[in-house]
This record gives sequence, structure tokens and C-alpha cells, in this order.
Amino acid sequence: MRSSTPRLAGVALVTIAGLVLVGCSSKAPSASSTGTSGALTIQPLVQIDKAGKEVKSQAGGTAANPAGDGKATCASTTTIAMAGALTGANAALGINIANGVKLAIKQHNDANKDCQVQFKGFDTEGDPAKAPAVATQIINDANVIGLIGPAFSGETKATGAAFHDAGLLSLTASATNPALTTNGWNNFFRGLANDAVQGPSVAAYMVNTAGFKKVCVVKDDSDYGVGLAQQITTGLGSAADASCALSVKTGDKDFSSAVQSIKSAAPDAIFYSGYYAEAAPFVAQLRTGGVTATFVSADGTNDPQFVKQAGSASKGALLSCPCGPAPADFEKAYEAAFNVSSGVYSVEAYDLATIVLKAIDGGAKDRASVVNFVKGYSGDGLARHYQWDSTGELSSALIWIYQVK
Amino acid sequence: MTTTRIAETAPTAPPAPHLGAGDRLRLWWSALPRPYQWGIGVPFIALLAALPILRPPILTTQGTDFGGVLAQFGMYALLAIGLNVVVGQAGLLDLGYVGFYAIGAYTVGLLTSPDSPWNQTDTWLSRHWAWVFALPIAIAVTAVSGLILGTPTLRLRGDYLAIVTLGFGEIVRLLADNLQNITGGGRGLSGIAFPLVGQTPTRTKGVFSAGNTHLPLNFGTWWYWVSLALIIVVLLFVGNLERSRVGRAWVAIREDEDAAEIMGVPTFKFKLWAFLIGASIGGLSGVLYAGQVQFVSPPTFNVINSMLFLCAVIVGGQGNKLGVILGAFIIVYLPNFFLGRSDLFGIPIDGNAIADYKYLFFGLALMTLMIFRPQGLFPARQKLLSYGREVYVVARRAALAAAGRLPAADEDGAR
Amino acid sequence: MLASFDIGALGHSFWALTISGLTYGSIYALVAVGYTLVYGVLRLINFAHSEIFMLGMFGQYAALMMFGFAPQGDAYDMGVAQTLMYLGLAMIGGMVVSGAAAVGLERVAYRPLRRRGAPALVFLITAIGASFVLQEFVHFVLPKLTNNTLGGLNAQQPIRLVSPSTQFTIFGATVTNVDIAIVVSALALAFATDRFINGTKFGRGIRSVAQDPVTATLMGVSRERVIMLTFLIGGVLAGAAALLYTLRVPNGIIYNGGFILGIKAFCAAVLGGIGNLRGALLGGLLLGVMEMYGQTVFGNEWRDVVAFVVLVLVLMFRPTGILGESLGRARA
Repeated sequence: MRSSTPRLAGVALVTIAGLVLVGCSSKAPSASSTGTSGALTIQPLVQIDKAGKEVKSQAGGTAANPAGDGKATCASTTTIAMAGALTGANAALGINIANGVKLAIKQHNDANKDCQVQFKGFDTEGDPAKAPAVATQIINDANVIGLIGPAFSGETKATGAAFHDAGLLSLTASATNPALTTNGWNNFFRGLANDAVQGPSVAAYMVNTAGFKKVCVVKDDSDYGVGLAQQITTGLGSAADASCALSVKTGDKDFSSAVQSIKSAAPDAIFYSGYYAEAAPFVAQLRTGGVTATFVSADGTNDPQFVKQAGSASKGALLSCPCGPAPADFEKAYEAAFNVSSGVYSVEAYDLATIVLKAIDGGAKDRASVVNFVKGYSGDGLARHYQWDSTGELSSALIWIYQVK
Repeated sequence: MTTTRIAETAPTAPPAPHLGAGDRLRLWWSALPRPYQWGIGVPFIALLAALPILRPPILTTQGTDFGGVLAQFGMYALLAIGLNVVVGQAGLLDLGYVGFYAIGAYTVGLLTSPDSPWNQTDTWLSRHWAWVFALPIAIAVTAVSGLILGTPTLRLRGDYLAIVTLGFGEIVRLLADNLQNITGGGRGLSGIAFPLVGQTPTRTKGVFSAGNTHLPLNFGTWWYWVSLALIIVVLLFVGNLERSRVGRAWVAIREDEDAAEIMGVPTFKFKLWAFLIGASIGGLSGVLYAGQVQFVSPPTFNVINSMLFLCAVIVGGQGNKLGVILGAFIIVYLPNFFLGRSDLFGIPIDGNAIADYKYLFFGLALMTLMIFRPQGLFPARQKLLSYGREVYVVARRAALAAAGRLPAADEDGAR
Repeated sequence: MLASFDIGALGHSFWALTISGLTYGSIYALVAVGYTLVYGVLRLINFAHSEIFMLGMFGQYAALMMFGFAPQGDAYDMGVAQTLMYLGLAMIGGMVVSGAAAVGLERVAYRPLRRRGAPALVFLITAIGASFVLQEFVHFVLPKLTNNTLGGLNAQQPIRLVSPSTQFTIFGATVTNVDIAIVVSALALAFATDRFINGTKFGRGIRSVAQDPVTATLMGVSRERVIMLTFLIGGVLAGAAALLYTLRVPNGIIYNGGFILGIKAFCAAVLGGIGNLRGALLGGLLLGVMEMYGQTVFGNEWRDVVAFVVLVLVLMFRPTGILGESLGRARA
């Protein structure tokens, strides 16, 4: 009896080893496969304002470079913190942001020998329950001069008051809940357009420019999905068909019943309010279910993973984002540094970190002066022009519409 | 074959003449008179309460605030005590315990959040004390929910009960997610009331607000103290129950339900009591959560957390109410210990990566524990529930006498 | 609140939903067989069975990669014979990984417990632990071992062998080649399993141990071998189900992709009568169809609630399920 145990454990081991081997040996074809699916990418289509009208992207302005003039001096303990989900189920977004920040700091430090800024990533797991304790830690770390984050709206809600009381700059690259800037937190700035801008802009674009008469709004159960769907539905007005407004769950992979409802409703377009993990199988199943209506979604879906997962079904999908397209140089540097392609909000995080680095290079030594610097900042980044109004919203928040081509 | 025999006989081997350290401690403690126990217990508790002030160097977490971690431990400890009543004492496997936690938290949320349609803080509940008033209401609601779940399902046994409770836990979470007009769905309920006390110019919202980040008496420390106080109250309550007729009935049900029934124990009634009490304690912990985080949303209450609570109970030792508190400490503290740590005793480590693997480690720990120590790290010992102390005094005297007379300690002496 | 009961939508797409439900249900059924067999023989809810299924999805994916398929945007859509051959090979890949994982799990986790005569609770907790370990293995360890080709946070980029295309229609509902492939293979596998359990010497061994382990052992049946065989069959079927599932949901290959499906499959097993092979089949199909109807009537977000409520109701009013427990005697 005993002798058979190692044998069987061996079988299991061999199987696992087999899996591993397969993974390793197939490295080459999968690398070439990015070429085949690379036929489809998310390409910028048009920049729009709140009425859904096209706005030409401003030419001339050169994006701020974190490297600066190379002569900056600062204390070697100066730290930029980042708070968000770095582990757990929501880590993808947090890692995108952390990497963007890291890249900016790296470029800065490489150029400025006398100003080596430190990076500290604080993990909240995206959990509002854990965020306040993390916030306490950040606030009591005297070296932290500015914060990129928190990443999600829920944890921002839970920690905003604490950062405000501490006077620590809180510059978010991704929290899009409109209510966050209504709390009077004068240390809080949002580096992208909020849902209340994105929703109406995209809705106006769908009705006025694209000419959709009937739209099914499908939302997931996340804070982001529910909030954005509300904005979109209001913005669409009579074009939003209540009879095919559906809710799905984060984590769902099978949408057969939703596909049936949408098929019988026969809309011009479907707006999906949620993340790419669900949007990809959803659009794939819509297409195989025979629904040809245009698939529209927002920044949660605007990720290379969406195209990878959905394949040819993603063709023609319109994806909005308050984020600008990542320039080729940035993408190259990002991939060289982290061995993955950049994702949603990486560019924003990079831009925002650059602004904080500019503040440091400009001689800001305490938290208050960094906040003041950002308050008065006006300049171009890779994604857009950055300038904030008194509430901490971008003064001109434009939305980009992308298309999968 | 030889190894098999050793494995089989080991647990039933006669008690070794010299007891393990844990048993010695237990015997010594049980034999102490009540005042002595208090005399030792009170300073010990004071030491525990002082932990967030002392912040011992290595123990203090680096990636997150130590006080906050202790506050979270407080909630988990309460959950573990409550779940221990159900799983450890009455032997009913409950995989949906998180449902009660959710009901407790959501009751406070629904009563005091401005986002809720049933917000009462503008009418008869004052904003200052709304949390305190909502506490008993929430406990009552959870107790009733325990009754509602327990009445139909407690006729099931073993694995079946486990799966039904798992289903119940998920249904609670899905209801919170789906009933958007009431619970806010995925947006959750924010702005939940917390006790507004100790307001000063630097602590504008009082000591319990998440905005109180002034070390060492930050919000985490204060909530940790509140949970410590509640833990003591609950422990006294559960301890007394354990020694009462109810506790004896639970043990009987756990050991052999059929035999208990035949011996005249109304098993259904006592199982229901266990469920109800367990649920109330879970609800209490939920109330703490709502007050501390001031925000509730459905993903907090998923099945994985249910499993984590169970981990705490199993790792700590089912049936041992102090053991499960240590179990809760391990579950909460260990991942946070590694979080953001870049070196440990001079050895460079990537703490965040280790924290990432926490479920892997929990899983491995559960599996190894079940093979080598299924009773948990700090197992419960069967003990006399009535006239306990008198017997222990005698037993200890006898053991000491035997040890004194017979240093070689033969088996009769120890028995 | 409850979205208004939409009975109209149910009538409108009744047949389409039924077909969808049956396809999904036959996947549940195959996974449910694994639960039911193990329960029948060991009185153990193999909570980690959902992870065995998940590993099967990765197994068939790895097999396809081994045969030179790379994830790409479109389906490969080769000739019928070639597609069937590769589907078969992928299925074998899934079956091998799942079967080996199931047997390995039994050896590493459950067997030491059986030797110690541990109570049922201990088994269940071990299963939960194993479930964590297997998920996290795929989540964190597998990508490190395979240079991020397999596993990780995101779902696998799908390899679509065949794109669904309508073959014929019933009452206006379309039936695709994928639907046919899933239902036919599931039924064939279920039939083969049924024959194996009820018609062969090995099957008789399994039934006898389920009936009375002690007597069976005395009659010369090796209990350990029967248990191993049971786990193997369950694992192999889960591996097959994994391939069928990915045919339908190509994006479902993710580390936590088995969890909910596993619970549903367990519901199906209970619904049909746990320990009862044919019950698992019936329960799977029923649950698949009920879920489809339920989510159309109540709204998409109530899908899981429907399944859980069915489970609770069945356990409360007819704990032995529709067909009763036939492999074993009374409940634990």
C-alpha cells in the first residue's frame, strides 16, 4: 500500500510538470500570436466634449517630462506613495498605476543624480475596510510628500477625510465617482474626468453623433458600473430602453439569458457599464448569438485584455475613456521596465507622478507646498492638459472615444 | 503497516505521566481561586489593551497601521468566538456565517446611512449616538435571522447543513447586491454613524472617526479597545453558557446527536439556541465593522471570508474559546505582518509578495493541520463542567503529591 | 427591488432558453457525477472538485497549445474531422490533468485522514484548504512556472477551435454545432459512466463499497482501489466537462472559474439525489434549465439566487433528492 503512494504522487507531479513544460515550450507561438490578434487594437477615434461634439486635440503643447533639467536637488528620503490594490482580486488596476508611477520616478532619478525620489506602494486590496489603516500608515510616514491614489472610489470615500486632515496631496489616477470632489477636500485632485462627465459625453455622442435610437444599458454590480450606468441612462434619455436594461455580476462568464433578452429587443447599440473581464465574454456571446448592434463601453473595458479576450468579436466596439492614448515612446519604456504592456490608467499615473516630481524639483519640501504646487499647476501631460478647478476636478475634462480596429 | 498502527494508537495512548506545557498551564489555571484568576487576568488584559500604545518593534506592522490591524483582529475575534459556539461547541458546521456578519453590518448601515431609504438618524436617532442605539437592534435582527435560517435547516445534519448554510451566506450577499433601491447594491452604503466622542480641534470627528490618524491613539486603537471590551463581555456570557445546562447539551449533541436525543436532550431546541447565539455574536461583529469602516458593500461578505472565519476557528482549536481568539489573531495578523516589509531579522524579503500568497498558505496550513493536528493549535480539552474547580484543586494536589513522592512518575500517580 | 416578473420574455424565448439550459445543464451534470460518486463511496463532499474542474480547463488549454494552437482572435474552424480530432485530443488533455489531480488530491489530502479515521468535518475542511491551494497555485505559482503563459490574474486568452454556427431550428430557437457537441458528448459520457458503474466488475466494486464498506472488504474488494477509481472517474468526467464548458464559454479559463460552477454542480447532485448517478444527470439538466428560466423571469442578477434557493428548498423538503440516494443508505 505504502509503495503506491509515491507512485501516484509521482503521476500528479508529472502532470503538473507537463503543464509547466507545455507552458514553456509554447512560449514562441504565443508570442507570435500577439501578432495575429494584434491585427485588432484599440485606436483613438475622436476626442469629444460634454455635448458629444468632436474637439480637436490640442497640438503644440509638449508633454511634461519627469526627467526635468537634470539639476534638481532634494532630500534622499523624499517619497511618493501610491495606495491601491496591489494584491488580491482587484490588483490589475492598482499595478497599472503603481507601474506608471514607478516609471516616472525611475526616469526622474536616472536624470537627476542629486534628487533620488523613493517610491512606496501601499496595498489596500481595494478594500474599504483595510484602507483607513493603510491611510494612517501613509500619513504617519513623514517622508511621504505626495500620494498617487487611492485607486478606487470606495476606498477614497473611506480615507478622504483622513488625508484631508493631514493635508497630504491625494492625486487619484482612477477614482471616477463624481461625489468625491463634493466633500471640500482641498487636497484631493482627480487626474481624469469623472463619471458625471464621461457618462453624459458618451451618451450625447451615442445619440447625436452615432445616431443610435435604441440602446440597451447593461451594468455590472460594481460601484463603478452602477454609477456610470446611471449617468449614461440619464444622458441617453428616451434612447435608453428600460425593457432591456440588464444587470450582470462581476465574475460572470456566461451571458446566454442576457443575450436572449437583447436579441429580442433588437437595439442599435449596447452600452456595457463594467470591466473588461466580463465585457469580453459578453461581446463574444452577443456576436455568436447573432446580435450585431454596436458594442459601446467605457474606461473599465478600455484595456488591451478586452481585445485579447474577445478576439474578432470586439471589432468595431466603441470604448470611451477619460484617458488619452499612450504614446509609442511611453509604451516602449513601460514594456522595457515591467515586461508587460501598459494598461488603463498607466499613462495617467505617469503624468500625475510627473507633476508631483515637478513640485519636488521645484523645491517643494513639505506636504502643503506640494498641494499648492498642484493647485496652481497647468501643463500638458502625455494624456491631456492638466489644470484643476477649485473642487479638484480637471477644468477641461474631455473624453476620448476609441474604436477597436 | 507499523506506521499505521502507531498513527492509530497515538491519540488513544494513555495520558503521559508528565503533562504537556499547555495542559500544565490549564490545570494550574483551573485550580487557582477566582480572585487569583482575576489578579492575573486583569493585568494581562491591560497589557493586551496597551499593545497599540506600546507598539513593540518587530510586532508592529509596517505596510499598514498596527492599531488598525488590531481593530480588525477584534472583529475577527468576535466572529471566531461566535462561530466557535456553532461549530466548536455544538458541532454544527456553518459555512455561511458571513451572512450574519453582513446582516449585522447592513442593519446599522440601513438605520444610519444617509444613502439608505430607512435612515433614522434625522428623526428619532441622534447622529451622535445612532451607532450605540443601532447596536442592540442589529443584534436582535441577526438573532431573528439565525432563527429564520435555523428553524427549517437544523433538521439537516453534517455536510448537508454545511452546504445549506453556504447557500444562505451567498443569498444574503446577493440580496444586498441586488436590492439596489434599499441597500445601494454595489455602491454600498456610506456615511454610517459612529460614536461621536472626544472631539478636539485635531480630531474633528472624534476619536472613532477614520479621520483620526494621530498616533498612537488613532481610530484603530480606539476601536480595538471597544472590541476588547465586547470580547470580554461575550466571553463571560459564552463561558457561563458553556458551564450551564445549555453547554452540556451542546457537548452531548456534538459528540453524538442520536444518543443525546435518546437521553432526553431536546436536540433541536439546543441546536437552535447555538445558532441563535452564534448569529447574534456574528451580528455584533458586523455592527463593529459598520461603525469602524463607516461603509458597507457586498463584496466584503463573500464566501471566501466565511472560509477565513472557519480557518480562524479550526486553526485556533474548535471548542476552545480562547484558542479561537488566537486563531483569529493569526488569520488577521500574519498577512499584515508581511505587508510592506522589506526585511525580516536582516534577511531581505518581499513582504507584499508573501502577503499575496496568503490564501495559498492558509490552504496549506488547513490541510497539514487536518492531517497532523485536526484539533487545532490550541485544542479544547474535555473537562468537568460542574464543580470543576473543586475537582481541579484535588487533582492538582494529587498530581503534585505524586510528583513529589515519585520523581520517576509512574502512570498510576498521574492518573 | 425585484425587477418586475417578466413572464412575457420567458414565453418569447422559451425554446432558446431551454436549449441553452440543457447545454449548460449537461455540463453541470458531468461535474455533478464527480460529487455524487465520491459522496456515494466516501460520504464526503469533495469541496475541491470545482478546482479539479478548473484544472481541467487549463489542461485542455495546455493540450491545445501543445498541438500548436495559439490564442487568436478568430476561431480556427477547420474541417469537421480535424476539429473533432483536436477536440478529442483537448478533451483527453483535460481528462488527464483532472483525473491525475483528483487522484493526487485523494492521495495527498484525504488518504492520510482516512487512515486516521477522521470525522466528516475534518475531510470537509481539508477539502476547503485544498480548494484554496489549487486556486492559488494557478493564480500565482503556475504563471511563474510557465513564464506567464498559463494562469495568473486574468483569464486565458481563448483558443477557439470552432465558432458556433446554426445547424437547425426548433420552434424558432437556433441549435448550434457547439450545443450539439456539448449535449451529445455529455450524454455519451454519462451513458458510458452508467454502464461502467452498473455493468462492469469495477463498477460492482464501487457499488459494493458504497453499500457496505466492511462487507465489501471482507468479500475481497480493495477499498483503497475503489476509492482511487472513484476519484479518477470523477476527475476524468470533470476534465471532459471542462472542455465542453470552454467550447461554450471560451473566456472562462481563469483560476477562480470553477468555484461557482462547482457549487452549482453540487446543487445539481443534491437535486437529483446525491449518490445517485442518474440523479446527477437529471439534476444537472433540471438546474441548467431552471436557472435559465429563473434569470429571465426575475432578471439576470437573480441567477445564482435561483440556484441556491432551489438547493435550500430541495434539502428542506426532500433531502434525498428527486431520484433518492441509490448508491448508499441513509444520510450521514
